[in-house]
Amino acid sequence: MSKELIRLVNCQMAFDDEIVLNDINLYFNDKEFLTLLGPSGCGKTTTLRIIGGFIKPTSGDVLFDGERINDVPPHKRKVNTVFQKYALFPHLDVYENVAFGLRIAKLSEEEIDERVTEMLEIVSLKGFENRKVSQLSGGQQQRVAIARALVNRPKVLLLDEPLGALDLRLRKDMQNELKRIQQAMGITFIYVTHDQEEALSMSDTVVVMDKGRIQQIGTPEDIYNEPKNAFVADFIGESNILDGVMLDDCLVKFFGRKFKCVDKGFEKNEPVDVVIRPEDIDIVKADDGHLCGTVTSVTFKGVHYDTIVDFKGFKWLIQTTDYHEVGEYIGIRLEPEDIHIMHKSEYSGMFGDYSSYSAEYDEMDDPDLYPEDEEGEEASEGAEDEE
Amino acid sequence: MKRFNKVFTIVVLIFLYVPMIVLAVGSFNSGMDIAVFKEFTFDNYKELFNDSVLLPLLLNSVIVALLSSFIATVLGTAASLGIHSMGSRMRKFTMGITNIPMTNPEIVTGVSLALLFAFVGTMLKVNNILGFATLLIAHITFNLPYVILSVMPKLQQMDPNLEEAAMDLGCTPVQAFFKVVIHEIFPGIISGALMAFTMSLDDFVISYFVYGPKFVTLPVEIYNYTKKPLQPKIYALFTLLFVTILLVMVLMNLLQARDEKQVRDNRRALRRKQVGA
Amino acid sequence: MKSKALAAPYLVWMALFTIIPLAIVAYYAFTDSQTGELTLKNIANLGNYMPILIKSIWLALISTAICLVVGYPVAYFIANCDEGKQRFLYMLVMLPMCISFLLRTLAWVALTEDTGIINHFITSIGLEPLPLIRNNGAVVLGMVYNYLPYMIMPLYTVIMKIDHRLVEAAEDLGCNGVQTFKRVILPLSTPGIISGFTMVFVPAVSTFYISQKLGSSGTTLIGDVIESQFKTAYNPNLGAALSLVLMVMIFICIGITNKFGDDEEVMAP
Repeated sequence: MSKELIRLVNCQMAFDDEIVLNDINLYFNDKEFLTLLGPSGCGKTTTLRIIGGFIKPTSGDVLFDGERINDVPPHKRKVNTVFQKYALFPHLDVYENVAFGLRIAKLSEEEIDERVTEMLEIVSLKGFENRKVSQLSGGQQQRVAIARALVNRPKVLLLDEPLGALDLRLRKDMQNELKRIQQAMGITFIYVTHDQEEALSMSDTVVVMDKGRIQQIGTPEDIYNEPKNAFVADFIGESNILDGVMLDDCLVKFFGRKFKCVDKGFEKNEPVDVVIRPEDIDIVKADDGHLCGTVTSVTFKGVHYDTIVDFKGFKWLIQTTDYHEVGEYIGIRLEPEDIHIMHKSEYSGMFGDYSSYSAEYDEMDDPDLYPEDEEGEEASEGAEDEE
Repeated sequence: MKRFNKVFTIVVLIFLYVPMIVLAVGSFNSGMDIAVFKEFTFDNYKELFNDSVLLPLLLNSVIVALLSSFIATVLGTAASLGIHSMGSRMRKFTMGITNIPMTNPEIVTGVSLALLFAFVGTMLKVNNILGFATLLIAHITFNLPYVILSVMPKLQQMDPNLEEAAMDLGCTPVQAFFKVVIHEIFPGIISGALMAFTMSLDDFVISYFVYGPKFVTLPVEIYNYTKKPLQPKIYALFTLLFVTILLVMVLMNLLQARDEKQVRDNRRALRRKQVGA
Repeated sequence: MKSKALAAPYLVWMALFTIIPLAIVAYYAFTDSQTGELTLKNIANLGNYMPILIKSIWLALISTAICLVVGYPVAYFIANCDEGKQRFLYMLVMLPMCISFLLRTLAWVALTEDTGIINHFITSIGLEPLPLIRNNGAVVLGMVYNYLPYMIMPLYTVIMKIDHRLVEAAEDLGCNGVQTFKRVILPLSTPGIISGFTMVFVPAVSTFYISQKLGSSGTTLIGDVIESQFKTAYNPNLGAALSLVLMVMIFICIGITNKFGDDEEVMAP
């Protein structure tokens, strides 16, 4: 990657004694697509607003190109924001919304026209110049918001859940669109979302946050394959998380059985969390299995079946393309690379058991099921939404 | 800038309140000249309470205000429900009519009603038709839009499925209204009724054109009083009204503040619980 | 209760007591007071009252403009206070509206009369008394004093509702404080300005009490003339014609203002 652009040093944020960000250390590289990912109230929007300059951290520093910018107001920062729900100016048409920043910068009329037209072309809104923003669909408003920010040629674009209000189909299209724009413009995107799939498919780097702390930083592959704790393992994709004991390098014991694995560097006999992804598990005949259990529920999911199997009272989720009937006694095989070992953390024991499995678990990613995201943070800040 | 606005706001508030404070102080003055404070006295209040004209008229005003705001609230709430279920063209038309008394100058409304009553009077060959009935009709007429304009937004905010849900669970349309819909729009009804009541209690211009000598309201009489040289008992009356309204508003304010604080605290507690979970 | 019929009593009521009376006003305006025949005499007579009408409009416009200039900073300040303070200040602004404007005008008179408080104070420190009453300025000031809350209220409501994110967005796009105000907050206040304009201009242009108490014979307004036609001079036909003109003029004014507002239609995103 290229050089470092923004750095947060020991940033802490508190609203009336409620700590919403705790000791955040993070850097952003030039031309990088970085995503802050986490559930609502995790502090991701607060982090973004600190970078945008809308709030000042209670303590800690914000550096831009090595310079401290804590006290630089938003209009003097070389970053632009695509706001949650867009914040388009209702009194201006599409063209004037996009031209807004350029007019403030007092550019010549020809240059404004040239840049606005070019930008509207990039976001495929040519011909919409004189529409009122209230006459646009959600996806179109979204693209106006992006154009309005990008036309100023910022070094960094901040995006606060920009796709949250769109339906699934549109969201997928816009994901590709955003990635394309980011690569074409060659600037840094800092993207906030609670949608893990969005984060994995678009980002160069993912920062997983919870309870005001960074849980893990890494490439999407790292985050998925090598989660650092039970929270990350559960938040990103589906995981069976079991208690185990690390007997030696590359040897772990759980369910009373020793398994070979590929993880090293743990203490001898250290209690650990063992993660097994549901799609990595192979179902075999009971006689050939490392473990044996009974199928308790099967749900057809299109590409695969979600099969819940009871192993000595602990229920696993297994995703296979083969159908196994409820009540069938089956075995499973685990290869060393299917097993991932994590240190114990405050999240141990909270996730990864499918005993209360419901076929609806997918829906939990639906943004509508969350309360207004980060509502608490905004409220304490005085910019309360009317709900 | 903020500092300037703050100082400016204070100056404006002084501008609004100084004359009223002057009157309030004047009500305790024993002299006739408000500019010279002679000595402190309650005589003006005594005189006011012994006045055989003003107090019964206050009762008249209250009666008209209560009756007209009640009838306007019932009629207006029903009308709002009706308008709510209209198609957009019909609704636009009806709201246009609703806006006529709101935008028309009061004097024109007063004059038009006076002419109507005079016209009806000649038709029926009644000599002095002006009286309680005409006053009540006029007050209901100008109160109706206030009720509708405060109930309509509540109806529009209401989730349309609520009523359907109630009927789905076995309510008749009438039951659905009294068990579900009315709870949703109740704040609108109350604020409409309150607004109508104050408007009616306070109204002078329209009443002035449609009142008859048999039934006079307080504002009309005050007008007649103030045509003559100023009398200190009017100051006393003013002070009493001012203090009553002030108390009511402060009380409402406190109640509202308490409610909102409670809501906020609950929300905060809930959030703590969620974060902790 | 999904029935349009519920609006029927209301519509009948409005027809009887709003539409028909206005029709009668129009009828009276075009009939002779003595004979009852159709005539254009009343309308022709209006020419004599043109100067008064123009003066009424002029004074009302000045008062409305003053209310706007004075009311905006106040509304802006209140809307940007924290919640508790906001409620308190809003109440302070609302409170005068709940008190009869007769009594409030009376209070103003007590303050500004030739022998009133202000002049009493001025003479007591040895200066000449000021002509604070019975002139155009006094009428304008009386209107401002009476109707200022009607301007502040709608302005406050609109400014308070401006989405704070729009302000942030403007800052994000490079606006400093003044630019944010000029380019975002002020344009978004337009609906408040329009309704404040209506709420002040309409009662101001048609008032008769304020001009009676604070003005002189030289400040007779259109409202005074209408009132006298019904109460003293008793020529309802002329009064009706004047009312009709006043009404039509106000509807034209409001039409123009609303048109102006429509051009920069403001809707929530």
